[in-house]
Amino acid sequence: MIDVVMPQMGESIVEGTLTKWLKKAGEKVERDEPLFEISTDKVDTEIPAPVAGVLKEVLVEEGKTVAISTVVGRIEEGAGNGASAPAQAAAPAKAAAPAKTPAAPAAPASPANATPENVREPFVAEERREPVASAAGPYPIPVPEPQPQQPLSTDGPLSPLVRKMAREYGIDLRQVKGTGAGGRISKQDLDAYMSAQGAKTMAQSTATPAPQSAAQPALQSSAQPAPVAPTPRAQAPQARVEPMSIMRTKIAEHMLNSKRTSAHVTTVHKTDMTKVAKLRDRHKAEFQQRYGYSLTYLPFVIAATVEAIHDYPILNASIEGNNIIYHNEINIGIAVALENGLIVPVIRNADEKNVVGLQRSIVDLATRARSRQLKADEVQGGTFSITNFGSFGSVFATPIINQPQVAILGIGAVEKEPVVIDDAIAIRSVAYLALTFDHRLIDGALADQYTGKVKSILENWSTEIL
Amino acid sequence: MFEEGVPRAAVRRVEFRELGMIDYAEATALQRELVEQRKRQLIPDQLLMVEHPHVITLGRNGHAENLLASEEILSRAGIHFHLSDRGGDITYHGPGQIVGYPIFDLREWKRDVVAYVRAIEQVIMDSLSEFGIDAGRLEGCTGVWVNGKKIAAIGIHISRWVTSHGFALNHTTDLSYFQYIVPCGITKPVTSMRELGCNPPREEVTAALARNFAKVFQFEMQVPILTETFS
Repeated sequence: MIDVVMPQMGESIVEGTLTKWLKKAGEKVERDEPLFEISTDKVDTEIPAPVAGVLKEVLVEEGKTVAISTVVGRIEEGAGNGASAPAQAAAPAKAAAPAKTPAAPAAPASPANATPENVREPFVAEERREPVASAAGPYPIPVPEPQPQQPLSTDGPLSPLVRKMAREYGIDLRQVKGTGAGGRISKQDLDAYMSAQGAKTMAQSTATPAPQSAAQPALQSSAQPAPVAPTPRAQAPQARVEPMSIMRTKIAEHMLNSKRTSAHVTTVHKTDMTKVAKLRDRHKAEFQQRYGYSLTYLPFVIAATVEAIHDYPILNASIEGNNIIYHNEINIGIAVALENGLIVPVIRNADEKNVVGLQRSIVDLATRARSRQLKADEVQGGTFSITNFGSFGSVFATPIINQPQVAILGIGAVEKEPVVIDDAIAIRSVAYLALTFDHRLIDGALADQYTGKVKSILENWSTEIL
Repeated sequence: MFEEGVPRAAVRRVEFRELGMIDYAEATALQRELVEQRKRQLIPDQLLMVEHPHVITLGRNGHAENLLASEEILSRAGIHFHLSDRGGDITYHGPGQIVGYPIFDLREWKRDVVAYVRAIEQVIMDSLSEFGIDAGRLEGCTGVWVNGKKIAAIGIHISRWVTSHGFALNHTTDLSYFQYIVPCGITKPVTSMRELGCNPPREEVTAALARNFAKVFQFEMQVPILTETFS
């Protein structure tokens, strides 16, 4: 019999209230299955059973508060032998039995022997534990005694986490190489194994190895009753399942929401960037030396965008119901690509900055975006966005509006091209400016006048920057 | 013996999301899902912030007598009633309240439920002080208090050291809804930030809470992604 004790849930805690038994006396319990609940200072905690077996005695009734380490109940282990008895008698019989056979070595005292619960736990039914007064651990888990199991053939004890993962994902632990002390299998080993297998829902196939290998070697989905996996998924056997990151789900939501909200139209203006390119070439080295970062095309485009917004303020607006909100500030969002996503930090009052100041803001925000050091208010309050897909070689693209804004300007790569000027062919630095606008608010003519203005400012750039 | 396989990286990460107005039952289901994923180490710690429509919830160890109105009166007032598996007694959630659900694996912080509750209180107190509200603890009454009035309630559930449920901070809550219950079974008055003359935008309060969570629990906070675009 295994003693189940009131666990210590924190340093200063000396007692706990047993609020609810989740199993009745005489009921079968699986290892790690919630057995009872305790309550301490607004915190309810489920306590898992330390072993599989039958809850024989309930010594503390619901509602009673007892000191930590008090024995609250006793479990007779599933195999039916005394706790200190060796497991050999049970294991071979179990090993020979396919999972669906009522388990022979289970507790004779247990009438629930062949119930689905029993069948469901082929790996753990014959686990043996030695009770040890738990001094440190808050769970009433006796220290596992190493008892190699035939069906598992693992060389050491398994942590509850590993056991649970193996059960949930249906991993045959014989296949997993343990790298811990004495070949012990750790969670990392399981992770490595699962990535190697490329499938996380092998539960079905490995839980019932015999029929699987005999009849259905390839089609694991057809024959399996899926009794084990708590989250069965339908998928191709070789697919890798990975939950989306929170950022990815947010981006997905945001993009779709924008597509649903705005009437997207993109207009593209070919822009001669030669003057800006020459200016940039002239000052590149000095700029780098003086400020410690390089001068790119982006601050010029931002400056032109902002100047043109002064002529066409509706590009810097939002829609709220049937109202048009004209923003007083011009806050330009700059799309920054991250390793697995993107973020749009905002240059506030961009119209108050010159090219040098804009370049400094870009470098600062992009650097901190990539090291995830942005403050919350630095990604909020944008009124217009710019995306520089040209930096990845794209010539032009059709960006999605960053809600609740009404337009976004994309910059393609600046490339030298042959251009016809006054019936002569010249080599010029050319870029495509793609403006996506919300046709609910902005008509094509206005969008093109605006983009034409941006284009004209860039083509006729004359302001010195240093 | 439990910590095997649990990475103890120097910097822990928490993912923060604001889900806006969602139903209590929906939030409970989402938490359950995240707790499962967290237990399997598929995701890092999570911090959810939500707002609920009018709902009264009773902890599993709560006392139904602390519900002062019949379910019929509640439903006429548009209030739902839910049983919950969190700790604590009875409470009210509704519009204007900032409800936080941290899904943390305490094995990566401290295996101490009392320290956890005190830390949540600290986060709320530090956040309120940023808005000039001097909030504190009340001996024997978990929660955050201002001049003997409760401004934030706490109720936690823990399974395998993974937390769920959390706290509810009255930001602009209509306090009249508390008349239907004895909050947490304690006959002490409640208050809100607005009642204390402090009415910052909700986003500022949630941002402050997120920041202070990062500080108190020594997390690297994943910044809230509020604006994205094609890049």
